[in-house]
Amino acid sequence: MSSHARWLIGIVILSAFCLWVASPPEFKGVQTEACAAASGDSLANLKCSENLEIDVNGDGAYEFVLNITQSLGLDLVGGLRVLLQAEIAADNFTPEDLGETANNVSRRVNALGLTEATVQVQGRDRILVELPGVRDPEQAIATIQQTALLEFVDFGGLANQVRSLVGAEIVTSEQVALRQNVAQTEEEEDPLAQRRAHPVSGLPFRTVMTGAGLQAASAVLSPPQGTGGPEWMINFEIKEEYQGIFGGFTRERIGEPMAIVLDGEVLSAPIIQAELASGGVITGQFTEAEANTLALQLRSGALPIPLRIESTHEVGATLGQESVRLSVQAGVIGVIVVLAFMLIYYRLPGFAADLALIVFILLNIAVFKLLPVTLTLPAITGFLISIGTAVDGNILIFERIKEELRAGLPLDAALRAGFDRAWTSIRDSNLSTIIICGVLFMFGQTPGASIVAGFAVTLAIGLALNLFTAVIVTRSFLYVIVSVFRNTIAQNRALLGA
Amino acid sequence: MFNIVQKRRWFFLLSALVILPGLAIMIFSTLTTGAPFRLSIDFLGGSIYELKFDGAGAAEDELRQVFTSFGDDNVIIQQIGQPGDYRWSVRAGFHDAGATNQILASLNDLAPVDRNSFRAETVSATIGQEVTRSALAAVAVGALVITGFIVIAFRQVPNAIRYGICAIAAMIHDILLVMGVMSLFGLLLGWEIDALFLTAVLTVVGFSVQDSIVVFDRIRENIPKHLGEPYETIVNRSIWETIHRSLATQLNAFFIMIAILLFGGETVKQFIAILFIGLLSGTYSSIFTAVPLLVAWEKGELPFIGKRDVIEEAAPAAA
Repeated sequence: MSSHARWLIGIVILSAFCLWVASPPEFKGVQTEACAAASGDSLANLKCSENLEIDVNGDGAYEFVLNITQSLGLDLVGGLRVLLQAEIAADNFTPEDLGETANNVSRRVNALGLTEATVQVQGRDRILVELPGVRDPEQAIATIQQTALLEFVDFGGLANQVRSLVGAEIVTSEQVALRQNVAQTEEEEDPLAQRRAHPVSGLPFRTVMTGAGLQAASAVLSPPQGTGGPEWMINFEIKEEYQGIFGGFTRERIGEPMAIVLDGEVLSAPIIQAELASGGVITGQFTEAEANTLALQLRSGALPIPLRIESTHEVGATLGQESVRLSVQAGVIGVIVVLAFMLIYYRLPGFAADLALIVFILLNIAVFKLLPVTLTLPAITGFLISIGTAVDGNILIFERIKEELRAGLPLDAALRAGFDRAWTSIRDSNLSTIIICGVLFMFGQTPGASIVAGFAVTLAIGLALNLFTAVIVTRSFLYVIVSVFRNTIAQNRALLGA
Repeated sequence: MFNIVQKRRWFFLLSALVILPGLAIMIFSTLTTGAPFRLSIDFLGGSIYELKFDGAGAAEDELRQVFTSFGDDNVIIQQIGQPGDYRWSVRAGFHDAGATNQILASLNDLAPVDRNSFRAETVSATIGQEVTRSALAAVAVGALVITGFIVIAFRQVPNAIRYGICAIAAMIHDILLVMGVMSLFGLLLGWEIDALFLTAVLTVVGFSVQDSIVVFDRIRENIPKHLGEPYETIVNRSIWETIHRSLATQLNAFFIMIAILLFGGETVKQFIAILFIGLLSGTYSSIFTAVPLLVAWEKGELPFIGKRDVIEEAAPAAA
């Protein structure tokens, strides 16, 4: 067996694998629609990922997992990207503080039900939040930016006045302490002066515990009780280190009200029913939405570092889908024209180049899914441009073969000379654009120019893979074609386009 | 075989006739608008809204009113597509999240905004300055590495530096041409330079060098093959031997780009158009600028470059 035939077998196997990787999820038996509808336990019985999972010894655990997913950028799926900047100078907090802030932001967006959200720290003082498929961008931004201070406040002895205090803004000991930590300018008005103090003592209310003491909180439906139907309430748990404080306080104040205060506003003032050491429930005739919101506020607590929005990018879902559709349409039409051109202009070698181009496209899509490369509109454009220039290597080779044939070289020698002599040109010329892609990728690391990075990555991958397909893949196809049709070609040189 | 190299003065003139008006447009633009190009929010900061209303009710004046009421007097409002589509593009200043929400609510009061076909981008001035800084850095680094690459790629050829400088001259030719075109389109069509424009320019640089390398590579190969022939003839032969490749390659890139221009999405069309013009210029300049320039240098026709030096160095090439 000749070395070309061996190469060809390798290429066919590689192409088959790439074709399988590149194929849409449905082809791999992924139950896309069922997965979208299902949740929780029912997901276990469905195949919801494209990953290649092999269970060698049949014990139910996968020994070999190959991740295959095509991740699409926000501009294609629709969604919101927000770049947040710390409002205090980076010297005044540690990277750990920023990380903790990012965790809080992450918790908040997850609490909104945005499971695919990503929250990343960028540089010393920035956080990048990406929310694909977000339905209500305003709510998301508001939730992220909230610098909420949640407090449990002692309302002891105020049972009669609870009704007038709920919804009012009150001043607490914790707020005063925080205020003293913040450097204030003289002309700035003290916001705490507007808030109501304790009606009896005239001093700030006493803060028992802040949101920092909470472990978890969730909205639940209470079991139906005597007179009324089921009621929405909030279940919360307290961190171990705060259990002493909170337990002690609630033990002493059974029967008295305790206020839940968010950013100074009294959200509710339930009566303490029992000692609450590890956690408890808050009832207060909530609607389902109110209960969920309050639970969310309890969970997300305060951000350690206040953040301001530096840039946002929002894309409607329809626009994204339309971009994908148009790009695919343009790509398919472009590729068909290129394939036709190569076949008509270069005949038999053109056919080999067409096969190589198809392998090239499959390889690229497979690499995008395996690495994975996040496809954005500029990234798809970079890929399409690399398809347009992918045949350049073939053209260099074929023009060379034609020349050598005209110069009187026999067929085999001309083929060999064509591939050998064109190689340095192909290598050097592809390398120059790959280097430029490197520069573009660096430029794309700037938060405001991140779309550039996608273009640079796909174009560079295309150019690199092209070194393989334009030379080795085309050569294998062409040699095998030539060896099969040797006699026909000898009689009809026009088949080589020469 | 038509002698391209012999007619080099005509090609230099043609390049000048395209580039000089471009420079004039940039100067004109600078005098009238304060900058050679229209800069996008990527560099200046600000916001862009692309809106689609579900029905009639929002006209340009009403849209302007909304932004003016939030203290933003300097907005550019354009209708996109057919009047019946109710699609608008609004470029405004940078607003914080609260103001943006109120603006959107006010717009929604004019006529319901279709949130699924909505696109918005806001960039603060700080981010704009960062993008500007790193764009300048990218251009500087790009020029440096490409020069280095050319010198390394041609290190074994006599006068490697000369090939490098000619390739860079072709590259500058392409950049100036693209900039001139962009300045013109900025004045006529309101096109703005953004991060993608810079991407297009750098990609053009990559492909321009790629084209120059292919022709130079052939000259490098032909010099020992055709000893005794004048340098000019060898160079001209090299151009003709590679011109099929240049045209065929260019054509295939154009098939893809035309497909994107005709059938692709709106957002990348400006980018592709600039890339298209740049690649056209790149192919032209590698054949009609870089190589003729090489011959002109060899013959001592270039101003400020000593002739003595040329004769000495030309000798081994022709010998």
